[in-house]
Amino acid sequence: MESVQYHAPQSLEEAVPLLKQARQTPSRILAGGTDLLIQMRAGVKSPEMLIDIKKIPETTGFEIGADEIRLGAAVPSAVMDESPELHQQLPGVVEGMELIGSTQVQGRATPGGNLCNASPAGDGAPAMIASSGQCVVFGPNGVRTIPVEEVCTAPGRTSLADDEFIQEFRFPTPKAGQADAYLRFIPRNEMDIAVVGVAANITVDAGGICTAAKVTLGAVGPTVVIATEVAELLVGTKLDDATLEKAAEIASGLGSPISDKRGTAEFRHRIAGVLTRRVIKIAATRAGERL
Amino acid sequence: MSTNKDYKWVGTSPIRPDGADKVTGKAAFGADKNLPGMLHGKILRSPYGHAKIKSIDTSAAESAPGVLAVMTSKDLPDLASEMGEAGESAVDFRDLSQNILAAGKVLYHGHAVAAVAATSPKLAKQALKLIKVEYEELPVVLEIEDAMADDAPILHENQFTPGGSQDKPSNIAGKMKLPRGDIEKGFAEADVIVEREFTTPTVHQGYIEPHAVTASMSASGHADVWCCTQGAFVVRAMTAKVLNMDVGKVKVTPSEIGGGFGAKTTVYLEPIAVKLSEMSGRPVKMVMDREEVLRATGPTSASVIKIKLGATNDGKLVAAEGTLKYGAGAYKGSPMGPGCMCVFASYEIPNFVVRGFDVVLNKPKVAAYRAPGAPMAAFAMESVMNEMAGKLDLDPIDFRLENAVKEGSVAAYGPKFPAIGFVETLKAAKEHPHYSAPLGKNQGRGVGTGFWFNIGMQSSATLNVNESGSVTLITGSADIGGSRASMALFAAEELGIDYDLITPLVSNTEEAGYCDVTGGSRTTFATGMAVVKASKNLVANMKKRAAKTWGVEVDEVLWQDGQAVPPFSSGKNPMSMAEIAASAAKTGGPLTASASLTAQGAGAGFGVHICDVEVDPETGKTDVIRYTAIQDAGKAIHPAYVEGQYQGGAAQGIGWALNEEYVYNDKGVLQNFGFLDYRMPVANDLPMIDTVIVEVPNPAHPYGVRGVGETPIVPPLAAVAEAVNNAAGVRITDLPISPPRLLAEIDAK
Ligand SMILES: Cc1cc2nc3c(=O)[nH]c(=O)nc-3n(C[C@H](O)[C@H](O)[C@H](O)COP(=O)(O)OP(=O)(O)OC[C@H]3O[C@@H](n4cnc5c(N)ncnc54)[C@H](O)[C@@H]3O)c2cc1C
Repeated sequence: MESVQYHAPQSLEEAVPLLKQARQTPSRILAGGTDLLIQMRAGVKSPEMLIDIKKIPETTGFEIGADEIRLGAAVPSAVMDESPELHQQLPGVVEGMELIGSTQVQGRATPGGNLCNASPAGDGAPAMIASSGQCVVFGPNGVRTIPVEEVCTAPGRTSLADDEFIQEFRFPTPKAGQADAYLRFIPRNEMDIAVVGVAANITVDAGGICTAAKVTLGAVGPTVVIATEVAELLVGTKLDDATLEKAAEIASGLGSPISDKRGTAEFRHRIAGVLTRRVIKIAATRAGERL
Repeated sequence: MSTNKDYKWVGTSPIRPDGADKVTGKAAFGADKNLPGMLHGKILRSPYGHAKIKSIDTSAAESAPGVLAVMTSKDLPDLASEMGEAGESAVDFRDLSQNILAAGKVLYHGHAVAAVAATSPKLAKQALKLIKVEYEELPVVLEIEDAMADDAPILHENQFTPGGSQDKPSNIAGKMKLPRGDIEKGFAEADVIVEREFTTPTVHQGYIEPHAVTASMSASGHADVWCCTQGAFVVRAMTAKVLNMDVGKVKVTPSEIGGGFGAKTTVYLEPIAVKLSEMSGRPVKMVMDREEVLRATGPTSASVIKIKLGATNDGKLVAAEGTLKYGAGAYKGSPMGPGCMCVFASYEIPNFVVRGFDVVLNKPKVAAYRAPGAPMAAFAMESVMNEMAGKLDLDPIDFRLENAVKEGSVAAYGPKFPAIGFVETLKAAKEHPHYSAPLGKNQGRGVGTGFWFNIGMQSSATLNVNESGSVTLITGSADIGGSRASMALFAAEELGIDYDLITPLVSNTEEAGYCDVTGGSRTTFATGMAVVKASKNLVANMKKRAAKTWGVEVDEVLWQDGQAVPPFSSGKNPMSMAEIAASAAKTGGPLTASASLTAQGAGAGFGVHICDVEVDPETGKTDVIRYTAIQDAGKAIHPAYVEGQYQGGAAQGIGWALNEEYVYNDKGVLQNFGFLDYRMPVANDLPMIDTVIVEVPNPAHPYGVRGVGETPIVPPLAAVAEAVNNAAGVRITDLPISPPRLLAEIDAK
């Protein structure tokens, strides 16, 4: 590969012929490039064609509706972080994106890129799943909608076809008493890869009883782990210390983390429990404030 | 910080002359040198941690597209084992050569085996894949104690322990013993004894700029070398030696340097680039990537250090015993010697013995890193001092004051200390508001102290006065910490002219007078002395010129505020430097002055650091929340850059303490070969590092300068560890204090 074709379609229609070409030519979607360009330099990926989706209006804006929040797949994390409305509605989803890399990287990194890079340690996915995000997937034959958790199938692999990309994410607008949160653990304070990341989306009623919950764990398995057992435990409780302790214990046993230079499996299990307890508390406090 | 009554320029902090070019991207670093027709060199590296090279077949690579030269160690002269000076430490030139290109055996994963020069970096890389190397894999040894064991895999069949068996080769390349008094008697007098063993990991200097060189060999056999280095003259000496050339046939031009911290005082690429240029007849450029830097350059030694310390109930040290084992990497030459000399250097201890071991293992050969050997030694000794203070129920600083070396004390390594500032530094730390500030939950405070010798060595400086009276100041000392600014300040002070009228340059080995490496914290001290001396020579000459103009005796002329002042009786007006320069043609020609010297009397530097941390007891994560570095500078010529040294050393020491470490698999393959997983602190991992500059002048320097660059990395390891001990109720003896390790310690308590 001596050269790479670069295309920046200005609209979804303009993208169609390129996506069709992508069926034959080894291609990649380019969003912020903070994963892809590095992988290309390292020789890990060598596409012959890049389709830059940042010029397509549907991918770069966001909108907060009464029932649904629309988030373009190529919105940079810095833009998400600068929006008080997004912080208000989906603080956990924003948290998962705004802690990526450093200020420079945040100007580029996108939720679509984070998800489709399919790193087990990606910080964006856990909260997007906990907050019941759906992906609007665009292809030459139109759009289809799939839950976020159906995108990553294994490290570095997605369920998208060669001629598809994620146009935008859709989240149900949180109801009164509902909020999300994301916490990750890294040995430093920035520029590091999650040892474990945990997201929670919690709904409480006026009596402080948890009426709905979704908890997800990143970096403890090949893809995000949805902790159904933890959610089931929480519903119907007042999220008291004993319940959270039990939740931590369950979370510590989930997934199949590996031991590597970033931490031992045992350490990851431990931290998964600690973060689960802490993140549920944060989400529950936020939920209470939204009653 | 420092008040400055006597001087106009010395002690001020003007902007560095190289600053604007650096912040606007104009400054040229190692990889910025390009020449017409230039080739690109790449290196084939060992995929094994330890293996015999059975054969190398380069034929396919030689005929690959774009390839103009391929070389292996066969293309380097066979050198005899011979020790030579290499910056601060000695080097065996045969080892140096074999580290540059492996001969017979590869001794670490990443060891260079062959090199290719081709018309593009890509073609050079492709050609590397065509080189066929047949290896016979050997067992690796990565840990110091394992390498010292009787049945350890042996790296060098011709290396025997000095004083040990001369039949059985050994990985113990060197030993050292420093005794004083009678330790049995000493420990018998002790009321309290603390004994502990400490380990520190292999860590890298972590300079941002990878090694880079461009070399061009002329048809007449003259080599031109451009590279980033802390010492152009040491690159010249080593390159010439490895290629069996006369030093006069090698010209080395140093670029701006993006960090070195001691490690850019040796060569890896330069002789290869010169040889490839000779073989191809074209200039050759070689630039390492980060992975090569981490796998095959630097790092500094891992260590295993045991300290036994005895004190009386009233806080007097009576006996000490230290066993210091340092990993050298693939070839002998760890900083075991300075480590042993430093370990007890800060205290008056009547009875001690220090034993040192220099141990080879299947890791890259270590290179100097800021105060080589001292941080590990101080981590062990200062940790024991902190524990002892606790046992004696003494304030840790008071305990140190009780035992601190001062003027007249005989240093543990031999000489008697002249005026030194350890006591003053300790007192400044104790009085600092940080030391008594309240702490919150899960927070703890620790102190650590550090000592470093600093060195003198050889320096030269030349001043050329321009016809306007401005001055070009030339030295051969690489500027790694703002030394050009300090050199200009010395000259401005001596000449009595504005700092801005002086252009300080770092020149090449053919145009600057000889200067040893910028290392050992010597440049502001020693090259500064040469600048002062050259300036005084220039003033003497200018007084002569003025005397001649006025027709008076030279000793009647005074030099004041940049002017020659005539005797009152002459009725003449003073002549400014600009006037003297303008009329130089008539008074004897161009005004230049030089000085060269071997600087004597480098002043020992002492530092005391105070560190506060907060520990998350559930995750084992440590955050440094407040940090103060206090150190004796002798005299801060440019206080802002002195502070920069204190802060930089503290930052590197904090990284060493908390997260940095080489992680190997059991085959000797480094797992964390990038800055993502080799975790140096990033900006938001550190608080503002406060500094206090103490000034106890070094009597051997005209302005009282001591070196300041290295001491600041010595105290942090123990200061951080003690803060963690106090925050989490643990006793840290192994670095790094990474979250999994600290959590395990917390569990175990
Ligand atoms: C210094 C640094 C620090 C980092 N720190 C973090 C961190 O803390 N946490 C973390 O999670 N990540 C981190 N990353 C990784 C990276 O920044 C994030 O994963 C980022 O969100 C990727 O987004 P991007 O837009 O840059 O993706 P790109 O590089 O543009 O794309 C990534 C992959 O997704 C595909 N893709 C992109 N958009 C779409 C789409 N809409 N539909 C289908 N496929 C698509 C691309 O083809 C490519 O394969 C870091 C990276 C760097 C360089």
